[in-house]
Amino acid sequence: MKASPIRDLVVGLFVLAGLAAIGYLTIQLGGVSYAGPGGLELYASFDEIGGLSRRSPVRISGVKVGQVTAVELDDFLRARVTLDLDPSVRLPVDSKAEIRTSGVLGDQFVALEPGAEDEFLTAGEELAFTQDAISIERLVGKFMNSDDGDDKQ
Amino acid sequence: MRSPAIEAVGFRTVAGIEQLGRLALFVGQVALRCVRPPFRSRRLVGEIYDVGVLSLAVICLSGATVGAVLALQGYTTLARFGAEGSLGAVVGLSLVRELGPVLTALLVTGRAGSAMAAGIASMVTTEQLDGLRMMSVDPMAFVVTPKALAMVLVMPLLNGLFIVFAIFGGYLVGVELLGVDGGQYLTSLESSIDLGDDVAGSFVKAITFGSLVGFIATYRGYFSEATAAGVSAATTGTVVVSSVAILISDYVITALWGV
Amino acid sequence: MGTAIAEGALDFQVALDGVDLTLGDRSIFRSLSCGFPRGQISIVLGGSGAGKSTILRLIGGLLRPESGAVRVAGLDITEIPERELYQLRMRIGMLFQGGALLDSMTVYENVSLPLREHTDLGEDAIAEAVRERLAAVGLPGTEALYPRQLSGGMVRRAALARAIVRDPELVLVDEPFSGLDPINVRRIEALMVDLNRQRGITLIVTSHHLASSLRMGHRLVFLTDGQAISGEPAELLASGDPRIVEFLRAEQDGHALPVAAGSGSAS
Repeated sequence: MKASPIRDLVVGLFVLAGLAAIGYLTIQLGGVSYAGPGGLELYASFDEIGGLSRRSPVRISGVKVGQVTAVELDDFLRARVTLDLDPSVRLPVDSKAEIRTSGVLGDQFVALEPGAEDEFLTAGEELAFTQDAISIERLVGKFMNSDDGDDKQ
Repeated sequence: MRSPAIEAVGFRTVAGIEQLGRLALFVGQVALRCVRPPFRSRRLVGEIYDVGVLSLAVICLSGATVGAVLALQGYTTLARFGAEGSLGAVVGLSLVRELGPVLTALLVTGRAGSAMAAGIASMVTTEQLDGLRMMSVDPMAFVVTPKALAMVLVMPLLNGLFIVFAIFGGYLVGVELLGVDGGQYLTSLESSIDLGDDVAGSFVKAITFGSLVGFIATYRGYFSEATAAGVSAATTGTVVVSSVAILISDYVITALWGV
Repeated sequence: MGTAIAEGALDFQVALDGVDLTLGDRSIFRSLSCGFPRGQISIVLGGSGAGKSTILRLIGGLLRPESGAVRVAGLDITEIPERELYQLRMRIGMLFQGGALLDSMTVYENVSLPLREHTDLGEDAIAEAVRERLAAVGLPGTEALYPRQLSGGMVRRAALARAIVRDPELVLVDEPFSGLDPINVRRIEALMVDLNRQRGITLIVTSHHLASSLRMGHRLVFLTDGQAISGEPAELLASGDPRIVEFLRAEQDGHALPVAAGSGSAS
């Protein structure tokens, strides 16, 4: 078969466009975001993490600085969450980790509230202060129960 | 005791197993020719043009439209809960995991798979394949393999383009029309999609569907009857069997992969 | 059987021996035996459905018989593996009824395909070979056209150019005249005679066009009832075999041929 340069060019452009689309999906959407090896890895333990899971975002003042890379039970049957943060974030040792919900029914994320100490947390350390997830179901349940109690008993 | 009904079932079962065996042999022969030289790269480029470039317009247009519809539908539902911010996640997840690969494969089946089967079947009818054989040219290597391979290679590319155009269509409707914050749309999109599960799963589906359509189309064409009716039977058969195979395998992959 | 005519004296390039073939549930050949001599034009005649095309497909190895031998150039092609069959086909050209040109390719790409696939010729040598063959079939300058742009007769001539581009020793031709006007019939007939005379090619041609068959055929093979009666045209016409007479009478109505069935026996 004879070569037809224009068709070859079009096919080449098509393949490039397809690869660019795949690249966009893997890099931008697939999110190799902050979580590269060598990121700042910290731990935090909670009694209740609600719907927090792997890949949930970690935010400081609402700005995304990392993500949850693992959720497991520790020896005391508490939830031990591994956070992978942007290494340029310098977090005082008395910072606090809190599980919050974006909106009423939105996703859960870890909010970090920086402390006041001059010393900073380094990789592998554990956040000392944590606040559990507020479970809406539980709140609603409590409210309903107390309501029932007042009215019927 | 002989029951005609049971006998008929038996015959059909045997015929079905025969077909399956023939298809497996066929796939094996194509696979062999993919790795054994001579490689017909010029033929492959031509087929990629036919399958990919010629499907581009329908894929991009459908992608943008599907994205726009998803944004519209998602917005009305999410707005009830004040969760418009998650619009990107709703659009993106359903696209990447499900709609992208499945709709792309169905569209390509209609656009290129049917044409592929009809093309080979008409080559059978007009003795073009026999003509190749008499020129000592193996039609499996010359005609079938480049076509099937092009389908496998092109499907992930078109899938990627479909999803990107759909995200863009969703952005247009969600952000420009309905007033969702653009940054929030993209952030919720990016944070909800996982590389290992969602994106990789999407392309596993695309490659699987591409193989299914490629092999079904070439198989139906290659073994079609050498008549005009044979051509139309191969074309219809390809569309029907491919579509069903895409949907069934989509379920299987979703169940196994958890995508 | 009529095939007993001086068999020993003829050098058969192609010979079928006791071939049985059933397609679907229809028996096509029952113990069919016939031969096609080297360097001659043999015409296969017979009513539609008698298996004219089928016999070419058997010789080309596109079909395998249930039993019997198909010898081409000394090889029984029913016994050789696919690879050797492909080797053998390098020496055979075939012209299909519809031409069987690849419609996705130009005339040039079609005619050059066998050279491109099986030789190391450079682009110039290929172009020259294609030009020469196209000129030989009376289609100079059609290189860039696609088959759909050609008329039926031109497609067949282009296909003939493709069939002879590798200088085969044997060319199989399926119904070269069907659907053609008298001028094209004459032209293609002359081409085939030239191939035979100038290049020494053995031709096996199926046809139901009696006039041209008698003009150019060195040998006729009548297919009837799954068997063959063959011999030189004059012999066969003179044989008075009722099956041939019947065929000739039916053909005569269509072609007004000056044939008088003699009374002698061919065998």
